[in-house]
This record gives sequence, structure tokens and C-alpha cells, in this order.
Amino acid sequence: MKRRDLLIGLMLALFIALFLSPFASQWPDGLERVAADKGFLKKGEGKQMLTAPLPDYKVPGWKNEKLAASLSGALGVLMMFGIGCGVALLIKKGKRQK
Amino acid sequence: MHIPDGFLEAGTWAPAWLLSIGGIRYSLKKTAPSLQDRMIPLMGVMSAFIFAAQMVNFPVMGGTSGHLLGGVLAAVLLGPYAGAIVLTCVLIVQCFIFQDGGLTTLGANILNMALAGTMGGYLVYKTVGGISCRSRAILTGTAIASWFSVMLASGFCAVELALSGTSPLAVVLPAMLGIHAFIGVGEAAITTLIIGFILKVRPDLLYGLSLVRTERPCPRTEPRETGPA
Repeated sequence: MKRRDLLIGLMLALFIALFLSPFASQWPDGLERVAADKGFLKKGEGKQMLTAPLPDYKVPGWKNEKLAASLSGALGVLMMFGIGCGVALLIKKGKRQK
Repeated sequence: MHIPDGFLEAGTWAPAWLLSIGGIRYSLKKTAPSLQDRMIPLMGVMSAFIFAAQMVNFPVMGGTSGHLLGGVLAAVLLGPYAGAIVLTCVLIVQCFIFQDGGLTTLGANILNMALAGTMGGYLVYKTVGGISCRSRAILTGTAIASWFSVMLASGFCAVELALSGTSPLAVVLPAMLGIHAFIGVGEAAITTLIIGFILKVRPDLLYGLSLVRTERPCPRTEPRETGPA
């Protein structure tokens, strides 16, 4: 993959995270809708096993949820790029050692 | 459709973990021999892109939203195994950093979206003739496979909910499939649009074209230097 195409792809992901994610629909998703309709939404309440640093793509303490979504989205994109490349490199490395 | 903690009983999420770990190990094994250097940054970009796209919920109907899963998008570009690994990475980060999807249910979420959605979607793509030189066949295959991948993932999710006694199968399966039939249309539209664009500017990035090349070369496209083993 050429460096230019790589940058375009990454920029596109960053653009989506920064500028589109704050305007994502706030309606419940398919599973949440079914859970509400069929009466099992409560089963998940207060059952979280871990407290994540940026729950629901929000920054704890920030009142501006749109800005928080932008920031956590951008952080996530950079993190995912690193992890995706890292995992691919590890697979490649594991292959060479065999 | 990230399942939160609490929706599934241990009798369901524990076997789902085992299945998904088995599936990931198999994917890693299958990815290794065919992984080319040029695929490494592509896996990074796909992880980033699918993560970003999954954040953008689009409204479907009656106060419900959906978002791209990206399984078929990843599989058409990277193949089913590397695609499944990318989706798994996205789900793990969503769980640990963004609390999107539970920890106990992470195995089930990987099973539904990264394995059933991605590999199952790719199987549909292959079956309907998406691995082809012709753009129309590739895009038709992409659209059909994208829709089915959402149906597959939501079907798996419904069965897990039923096995947990959360909701009877006769109730939860039609409800999940019914709503995801609409979300799947969004998945198909977005995925086909992106693959259509890539087909125009960088057709060599498509995983399937390197498979076609072994039989006869594709005209007007520059396939990968070497096909996967």
C-alpha cells in the first residue's frame, strides 16, 4: 500500500470519527430496541464487569457530548491503526519464526 | 448489536468464548502464510476505518438505529481470516476502552460479528460469485453478502439470547431478524459504495482479485504481485 493511499484511508477514518460521529443517531440500536420491546433491557442494568476509561464514547466529566464523541473517536482511530498494524506485524513475525 | 454484560448466562457466554478463541486461533493460522507486507498497513487502516464507521449510527425506522459492522468490507479487502482478526481487534478495543459490549459477552460478540458476520459473509460473497473480474459481479456479491452478514450476526445473537433464557427463540429471533433486515440494507449500501470506490481507484486492494488471477488475468486491473498461498 502506497504511503499516500494509506494517509487518505487514515484521514478518512479520522474525518468520520471527528466530524460524523458527533451526529450519530442517538436512537437505540437493533439489539437495544428488541431488548426494550421484549422486556429484557433490565437484565443488563448495573451488570458491567469493568469500568472503561471512555464509556459510551464520552469523556467522563465533559458536558459537551459532541466534542467528547469527536475526541474519543479520534483517539480510538489512532489506537486502532496502531493495533491493526501491530497485530499484522506480529502475525508476520510469528510466521518467520516457524 | 454489541451484547452487554448481563444479557447472557455463563452457560452461554462461556462456550461462546471457547468458540471464538478457537475461531481466532484458526484465523491467525490461516492469515500467517498469506500475509504480505503490503497488507500490514491495510489491516491498520481497516481497523481504524471500521472502528470509526461503527460509531456512526444511522436511523432506520421507528426510533431504531443501526451502524456498519464492516465484516464484509474487511473480508472483501483482506480475505475472511485477516478480516475476522481486524473485526476482533475492533471489538476488543470497544469493550475495554469504550464499554461498548460487555466483558463476559465479548466472546459472543466476537463470535457473532467477527466470525459469523465476517467469515459467513465472505462465504456468501464467494457463493454468489463475488470473486470475479467483473465489477458488477463483485458489487452485487458485496451487497448480498453485506446484508446476509448482518442477518447472520443478529441470528447468532438471537440464538444466544434464547439459550440464556433471556427471551424465547420464537420471540427474539423474528424480532432481531426483522429489525436487522433493515439495518442490513444500510450495511449493504455503505459497503457497496466503499468497495465500488476502491474498485475504481485501487482495484488491486481487493483480496478476491488475487484469487481470480490464478485462473485468468483480470483485464484493466493491476492485481497483486503474488497471490496468497
